[in-house]
Amino acid sequence: MQDFGAAFVEAFALIVNFDAQLAEIIGLSLRVTLSAVVIACVIGLPLGALLAVTRFPGRGLVVAVISGLMGLPPVVVGLGVYLLLSSAGPLGVLQLLYTPTAMIIAQAILVTPIVAALTRQVIDDLHIEYDELLRSLGSSRMETVATLLWDARYSLLTAALAGLGRAFAEVGAVMIVGGNINHVTRVMTTAIALETSKGALALALGLGIILVCLSVLINAGLMGLRRTAERMAYA
Amino acid sequence: MPEVLAMDFAEEIETEPAIVLEDLVFARGGRRLVDRLSMTLGPAGVTALMGPNGAGKSLTLRLIAGLIEPDRGQVRFAGGDPAPQEMALVFQKPVLLRRSVRANLDHALKTYGVPRRERAGRLAELLALGQLESLAERPARVLSGGEQQRVAMVRALVAGPRYLLLDEPTVSLDPQATAAIEALVSRAVADGARVILVTHDRGQAQRLADDIRFLHKGRLVEAASAARFFRAPQSAEARAYLAGELLL
Ligand SMILES: Nc1ncnc2c1ncn2[C@@H]1O[C@H](COP(=O)(O)OP(=O)(O)OP(=O)(O)O)[C@@H](O)[C@H]1O
Ligand SMILES: [Mg+2]
Repeated sequence: MQDFGAAFVEAFALIVNFDAQLAEIIGLSLRVTLSAVVIACVIGLPLGALLAVTRFPGRGLVVAVISGLMGLPPVVVGLGVYLLLSSAGPLGVLQLLYTPTAMIIAQAILVTPIVAALTRQVIDDLHIEYDELLRSLGSSRMETVATLLWDARYSLLTAALAGLGRAFAEVGAVMIVGGNINHVTRVMTTAIALETSKGALALALGLGIILVCLSVLINAGLMGLRRTAERMAYA
Repeated sequence: MPEVLAMDFAEEIETEPAIVLEDLVFARGGRRLVDRLSMTLGPAGVTALMGPNGAGKSLTLRLIAGLIEPDRGQVRFAGGDPAPQEMALVFQKPVLLRRSVRANLDHALKTYGVPRRERAGRLAELLALGQLESLAERPARVLSGGEQQRVAMVRALVAGPRYLLLDEPTVSLDPQATAAIEALVSRAVADGARVILVTHDRGQAQRLADDIRFLHKGRLVEAASAARFFRAPQSAEARAYLAGELLL
């Protein structure tokens, strides 16, 4: 337990002095995760909205599959992307394995179903309300999707947040496709796993504290934004 | 068909009909909510659809607007189906976007394909028309019920529609706002619009309507000029409705 106390002190020293190595790891984490969430939103928001406003045979199945994919195990996604990108794989020529790009791809795959499924739910509700108005105005399907996404934008922050939380906390996929290479693909979660296994509890704990703080901060910021919007009755 | 079906089409026989409802049936759960409804409406003027709650007035407006498909029969328009901007509907419960009043009006203009450079000027006119200038930047959904109805009404007028379908547009408005909406309706009629107005307000029907279509249980029970309808209703249902008796 003494070790634990010492680790805490050391961890705070690292944070206070803003250790260079620590900064690098945090920077890469943010870059990978935020890129993955942006990609997931670019795909998942319109996809979820389209699913909400269209009716076609098999739609129920598609919805069920996407909802099911929300719980994809990260290691399985990591393995899939690994097989795709490994030199023997179909995309091997791109030489992306063990790069931040590979990590972004894996996390985007993890997060897209979350964003799409939550978007569908939010847009479904709004669509019920707007449907007759938009049809009486003669809105095309794309205009309908755009109107709904725009008017639901603050509620959709929740979808993006859920995706962000998932990507931030995830270790299995980035470990497999990134390889946790120092100065190249080491992010907070993989560093914590490594440092813990090495017994370097101070760095691990420092990273852990920062990880928790960052995710609380981002969440609080976006939730605050949403609440402000709701107070203004736009949401 | 009901036995008592009083018809008085004096003013319509001379002109080409603008809208013809032919034997419309809309059924749900084995019940005919609109039952063999036929009517003919002339090009300009106000027809009031009256009838007790649940008579099928709102459904009839939706059928005319093409928002729901009849199980039988059809709605025909002179010169073919109107383009979206030629027909506007004000819903019984106003549906406003989660945006400012100005953005709500702008959205309709944009959807109707009005180019951006023309929209700003048009918006200023519309806000003035509805005396909405002071509310322009307010989120539409925090407005009072009556203010929301005014926004919905002005939005329906953005493209100067040929057909204007109004579902109890003044139901929660104060007398002054009601007068303002009625003035907008009269102005649209003067511009050549065909208005179908659902109302329970007898005074409003007398002020605005040229003729009345009285519905009961999804059926057309009486069609008459407004003057005649209020002076001497022919059907037992209309008499009971006007006398304030409960119609079941
Ligand atoms: N989609 C639907 N499915 C089943 N029943 C419906 C549907 N829409 C309307 N109804 C029923 O049809 C009847 C007529 O409804 P409608 O809204 O046209 O009445 P209304 O004449 O406008 O009445 P009010 O004066 O209360 O507005 C009602 O009994 C209503 O419950
Ligand atoms: Mg109604």
